[in-house]
Amino acid sequence: MDVFFRNGKNAVLRKVNIMKREGQVRIPSGCAISAVISREGRRMTGEKIVESMIPMHDRSNGLGGGFAAYGIYPEYRDYYAFHIFFDSRDTRKTCEALLKEGFEIVKAEHIPIRQIPEITDVPLIWRYFLAPMQSVLNRLQLDAEEYVARIVTKINAELRGAYVFSSGKNMGTFKAVGYPEDVGRFYRLEEYGAYCWTAHGRYPTNTPGWWGGAHPFSLLEWSVVHNGEISSYDANRRCVEMFGYQCTLQTDTEVMAYIADYLLRRQGLTLEETASVMAAPFWSTIEHMEPQEAERLTYLRKVFPSLLLTGPFSIILGFSGGLMALNDRLKLRSMVVGEKDDRVFISSEEAAIRVMEPDAENIWAPMGGEPVIVRLKEGTY
Amino acid sequence: MDIQAKGLDYRALNEAIRAAGPSCRITGCLGQRFIGAGMSGRRVEIDGIPGNALGAYLGGGFLTVNGNAQDAVGDTMNGGSIVVRGSVGDTAGYAMRGGEIYVQGNAGYRAGIHMKAYQDQQPVIVIGGRAGSFLGEYQAGGTILVLGLHTDGKPAAGYFPCTGQHGGRVIFRGDVSAIRFPDQVTPHPPTEEETALLRPLVERWCALFGGDAEALMDGPFTVVTPDSKNPYRQMYAAN
Repeated sequence: MDVFFRNGKNAVLRKVNIMKREGQVRIPSGCAISAVISREGRRMTGEKIVESMIPMHDRSNGLGGGFAAYGIYPEYRDYYAFHIFFDSRDTRKTCEALLKEGFEIVKAEHIPIRQIPEITDVPLIWRYFLAPMQSVLNRLQLDAEEYVARIVTKINAELRGAYVFSSGKNMGTFKAVGYPEDVGRFYRLEEYGAYCWTAHGRYPTNTPGWWGGAHPFSLLEWSVVHNGEISSYDANRRCVEMFGYQCTLQTDTEVMAYIADYLLRRQGLTLEETASVMAAPFWSTIEHMEPQEAERLTYLRKVFPSLLLTGPFSIILGFSGGLMALNDRLKLRSMVVGEKDDRVFISSEEAAIRVMEPDAENIWAPMGGEPVIVRLKEGTY
Repeated sequence: MDIQAKGLDYRALNEAIRAAGPSCRITGCLGQRFIGAGMSGRRVEIDGIPGNALGAYLGGGFLTVNGNAQDAVGDTMNGGSIVVRGSVGDTAGYAMRGGEIYVQGNAGYRAGIHMKAYQDQQPVIVIGGRAGSFLGEYQAGGTILVLGLHTDGKPAAGYFPCTGQHGGRVIFRGDVSAIRFPDQVTPHPPTEEETALLRPLVERWCALFGGDAEALMDGPFTVVTPDSKNPYRQMYAAN
């Protein structure tokens, strides 16, 4: 699918999908991820997470940067916060009409941005705080989350030129085409306070660098930033499409957000179990484990074989009240963890952690497939 | 000569190192890649966190890091020394062809992957603590020594060590009963020749980081070498 955005100044449609593919041009794979979380639920501005991407500048190539922030909308914490890209005013009107069928729009506004030369071809970027109508939920016999997930899927799949890139409560993702440190300035992230930030610098290798394809990928409270590429993408995509998800954003990482939603929200798996599905150990490794653990892992591999992610990845999954970092089972991408007081830091490189906290302690690298789960203390978010 | 690395990108930093002459000290290093890449005959001491591919293609000289190093330390290095007074990330000594890497702490995944040797080019990696999975993967030559001085109770190597090894040797000090080796390699106690080979490595590690070399030489040591000159000849084709 080709992707078009209207260029604001010249009102000329510009084809974004112009990248040469790997093979036509040599692309050393890169990408950078970074995160900070306060276990005490203290809200931090976006300055440090943006700075953390600077020493990893060369891991990106300017074709995508983004951030997820948790705890940023406390005054609207009961409403679903939709962040949406529109290619035109008409698309926005159409989308709003669709939203009004099922939601009370509590607030609708432009997401504040800064005018900087590094970010160009800016679409319309809007934010809505939404309350699903009980009458609609009753008629459809759906809970609010399922309804929201379906509406997001519907807009992204059917409404050409509109992309919902964030739809959780009291959280939001911010992404663009550009280097992550520029994207952070563009979205004025220093004006937000979050108890958890994740970040991504993109170096697209197989798919176009466009606004919707930047990370994080997000549905409801889940957001994923990812360094790597998913060899099993099509198997994973076909599997989640059986359950109503649709992959529309032309980047493999998108499917991970839907896998997280499917396993955690709809199947009710724990984070540990989800990690064991996504980065299942080899059968030859399971064979030598204690019987109880071997049985658990065998069960998960057999029940969810199509949700195993192969290929290199390091990811950070954000959710309300915590995060989980995970490497592929072969650990083909780097990831380092550090701590200081109530904060935990996770990055592709230790240098990024040292930017956020020069005195970070307990620096360590988790094993492939070993999830790092950080949760806030009860009642702090 | 002192070089303040803050605000310098990797290119500018390497130019400053070249301009500094035979020796320099870098302070405030934070993620600059390729430090000392392809250089020879220089002593460089680094405070802070050097970026990936520290000493890539190093031809000679001496790089010291007072702290941790990131991924791909000594990538394809040909000669010289890299000393890390901390831990190293993944793929330390990737395709290393000569010289030595001494690590005080632990190594990440795939240390010594594709390491090779030829005549007097005999690369060496010595790791004070433990190593991650795929240690010595596809090793074709040289020596990797893991001293196992870490204290977190984990095995000295993760999963799949020496997978695809067809030359050189990986030597462990301490208990290796928790480590599973592939069928194509043979763990064995060191021969006299192998003991003579590892002794100077232990002594050098102790000289750099402290420790009692004689006590460490008590071992026990386990040497892992490939079964034959061509252990994989039947795997893909009868060649």
